[in-house]
Amino acid sequence: MTLARRIIPCLDVDAGRVVKGIEFEGLRDMGDPAELAARYNREGADELVILDISASVQGRGTFLDTIHRVAEQLNIPLTAGGGIRKMEEGRAVLRAGADKVTVNTAAVERPELISELSQQFGAQAVVLSLDVKRKGNSWEAYTRGGRDATGLDAAKWAAEAVSRGAGELLLTSIDRDGTCSGFDCELTAKIAQTVPVPVIASGGASTFEDFLAVFTGGQADAALAASIFHQETRSIAAMKKFLAERGVPIRLSR
Amino acid sequence: MKIAIVDYGAGNLPSVERALRKLGAETERAVEPRQLETARAIVLPGVGHFAAFVAGLRERNLTAALRAAFDAGRPMLGICLGLQAMFASSEEAPGEAGLGFFPEQVRALPTTVKSPHIGWNQLRQTRESSLLRGVPDGAYFYFAHSFALPASAEPTVAACDHGFEFAAVIERGSLRGVQFHPEKSGQTGAHVLRNFLESIQ
Repeated sequence: MTLARRIIPCLDVDAGRVVKGIEFEGLRDMGDPAELAARYNREGADELVILDISASVQGRGTFLDTIHRVAEQLNIPLTAGGGIRKMEEGRAVLRAGADKVTVNTAAVERPELISELSQQFGAQAVVLSLDVKRKGNSWEAYTRGGRDATGLDAAKWAAEAVSRGAGELLLTSIDRDGTCSGFDCELTAKIAQTVPVPVIASGGASTFEDFLAVFTGGQADAALAASIFHQETRSIAAMKKFLAERGVPIRLSR
Repeated sequence: MKIAIVDYGAGNLPSVERALRKLGAETERAVEPRQLETARAIVLPGVGHFAAFVAGLRERNLTAALRAAFDAGRPMLGICLGLQAMFASSEEAPGEAGLGFFPEQVRALPTTVKSPHIGWNQLRQTRESSLLRGVPDGAYFYFAHSFALPASAEPTVAACDHGFEFAAVIERGSLRGVQFHPEKSGQTGAHVLRNFLESIQ
């Protein structure tokens, strides 16, 4: 009996479409969220994350509808977030069909938000998104999609968020994000040792070996990636088989 | 005849509803006692805090109705917190009484392991189980909880291990309970729900 390591595809959504940020180009359309969700569900994803990265108010208006359409396709857990500032917005996301809500910027500005969500919906439903950049020998937390430095030490902020009731951490290395140079395993291991809750590693994945490294040396409980799965060049099933053959506890059945 | 899904004000009710409907079940959200009296079976879904759960039931006068349904032998399936609420009490909310169908107390997962226990884990079947009929040994189910019932509890038919051995499936008489989320456990989870629906035909 072993708790399996989780493979989690992520959908970045703008105005109801899955998008990918391309350097100097802006956003590229990657497809319909419900269609991609159905494919990942079929391929054996352990969970799905959907993030609203809409810059516009109009884009935001469609997010609850997108969650609902995505949830309809799934029989695995769904985490949703992006721009959630109040408990009632969290409730709406859960009522739309998400199982967990993720918060970042608003939680840094008002940490009580974590406590409120956790008391209402349980720690298992609250995921703190922690976007960090290396700063000498430590890491600093950033908000607003990696734009604003907070001055907070990532490990200290993670510990506070957990003490307030966050049940999981979604840890993204801004330095690695979009670089395809692999997860920052040193960062993941450091945070995983600091907090008593599961850590989802994110940022930089491009190969099966990157996932193997983050589950072994990186001590991650789960690993998240977006674009490498979208393009169908690498299937989740093939990756899971690769990891299982190398001794990582993985759920192979669907 | 409908399946009443108890709506106590929080919880992941839409997922449970969707999963049962996909299997052909007719469901309704039960918010008052009358709906439990006429239901073919009752599903108690639950996420969140034990205290909020029992308070939500109390405020809707559902506590006594659930006890009456238990006494009448009406089929019932508790999911996650819904399973925990069938017991006498929980360390999560000292002083709050559960439904008390069983005398044991729900315990916190120890600090030696990561808590919440989130993710896919395997079961060890300890007794014959109608819910697990046809489910392969070592199948994975999705868990998301910080409290659990020690597997030594009398109605346990399958155990899981995270810090201590806890009850993953309970069965006794017309009562069923699962600590995992069958509605989030892929095809294996759907299999368990189908077994439940078949058991109430």
